[in-house]
Amino acid sequence: MGVGIEVRGLKAWYGKSLALKDIDMSVPANHVTAVIGPSGCGKSTFVRCLNRMHETIPEAHAEGEVKVGDIEVYGDGTDPVDVRRKIGMVFQKPNPFPTMSIYDNVAAGLRLNGFHNRKQMNELVERSLKLSALWEEVKDALHKQSGASLSGGQQQRLCIARALAVEPDVLLMDEPASALDPISTSKIEELIFQLKQHYTVVIVTHNMQQAARVAEFTGFFLMGSLIEFDKTEKIFTTPADKRTEDYITGRFG
Amino acid sequence: MRSRFQQGLDELRDKLLRMGGLAEQAIDRATEAYRTRDAKFCQMVFTGETSINQAERDIDELALDLLAMQQPMAIDLRFIMAVIKINADLERVGDQAVNIAQRVLDLVSEPEVELPVDIPKMSTSVSTMVQRALESFLDGHAEVAESVLQMDNIVDRMKDEAFVVLVQKMQSDPQLTRAALNVLLIARNLERIADHATNIAEDVIFWVRGADVRHGGAHYPY
Repeated sequence: MGVGIEVRGLKAWYGKSLALKDIDMSVPANHVTAVIGPSGCGKSTFVRCLNRMHETIPEAHAEGEVKVGDIEVYGDGTDPVDVRRKIGMVFQKPNPFPTMSIYDNVAAGLRLNGFHNRKQMNELVERSLKLSALWEEVKDALHKQSGASLSGGQQQRLCIARALAVEPDVLLMDEPASALDPISTSKIEELIFQLKQHYTVVIVTHNMQQAARVAEFTGFFLMGSLIEFDKTEKIFTTPADKRTEDYITGRFG
Repeated sequence: MRSRFQQGLDELRDKLLRMGGLAEQAIDRATEAYRTRDAKFCQMVFTGETSINQAERDIDELALDLLAMQQPMAIDLRFIMAVIKINADLERVGDQAVNIAQRVLDLVSEPEVELPVDIPKMSTSVSTMVQRALESFLDGHAEVAESVLQMDNIVDRMKDEAFVVLVQKMQSDPQLTRAALNVLLIARNLERIADHATNIAEDVIFWVRGADVRHGGAHYPY
């Protein structure tokens, strides 16, 4: 089941430059939340702070309070690896392990976590591929085909399956459909909509219509600040802040 | 800035204002027909209605194109939504003017009678409402739109008063029934036009403020 995310006073830096300024946000469990804003506004940084991916960049660091379910993400004794197991991530460009089979791609995270029971692994791989709506297309080629042999849209669903295999509570998606054609995009969007039954989904997107289609909540970032956070229909019909309105109507800058 | 989109929005606004002009003209002509008992003005209202109907179709088409091609959001989306609704209201204003002209034709087919209802005065109030509603649309002024909402009560009262005196007249002098009924219907047509002006004003408020003030429910989301 998905869990809620509570963010309080989150700040993030790249070296000395402050990229996120005191973000407070409550992401509700089992809903899709979209994060929008112009390039460089901090939306990707924000999402990468949620699973401590931000600090993997040299000289980048973050501080503040991020609570994902029961996990204090920036708590003293918290292991970032545990955090990332609970919070899966899917990136803009599909990045399957090219030489691995479809099966091994999905199982990779499980093996990394010391999982060896063959029968259970088979079940988890099947479940993940079903959840990512890829199973029917690949079930006969699990071991025969490599991840790289799939189409772009299939590769992205494979990456989603890989993220789901370790049974996270939260799925972070950074522009998951921006490199895909409209049909693959609509499959991913439909999938995101389905996934919220089991997961809390946070999606970064440049595509306003996509945010409007898939997300129940939307946050608008600008220059490292969260300007507005509300129900998606409110953001896209009657935003409270002039800057939000200017951005989503394309009057920005 | 999306200049082609902005051009489309400007075009939509201009077309709607032109249509508004036609609707105002229709009210004025219908009133003139009543005042002068000159059927020529009725004919002008009937001819004018064709242009109003054509304008309605043009505006709907352009609005639909913009929705489909530009996927507007927020204030732009509210603007187009307001235009579509105002468009329908203006078309109905044109219809009401036609109804008035038809009543006038019936009135002038009989000898003129004196009735204690001031239709031209009521019409002036109604015209002012339509004018102000369109003015608020032109400038995006929610305050002007609010003043239209206030005026609706005055017109409602005028119609109620007309109802009372005309029914009395019909009872006391049944020979006047046909004329009184025509005038009563005209008063009701005018009151309907005032309702359309009110709708237009509410749509302007929704566009500008994002607030739905229909049916007395002034709930401001921010």
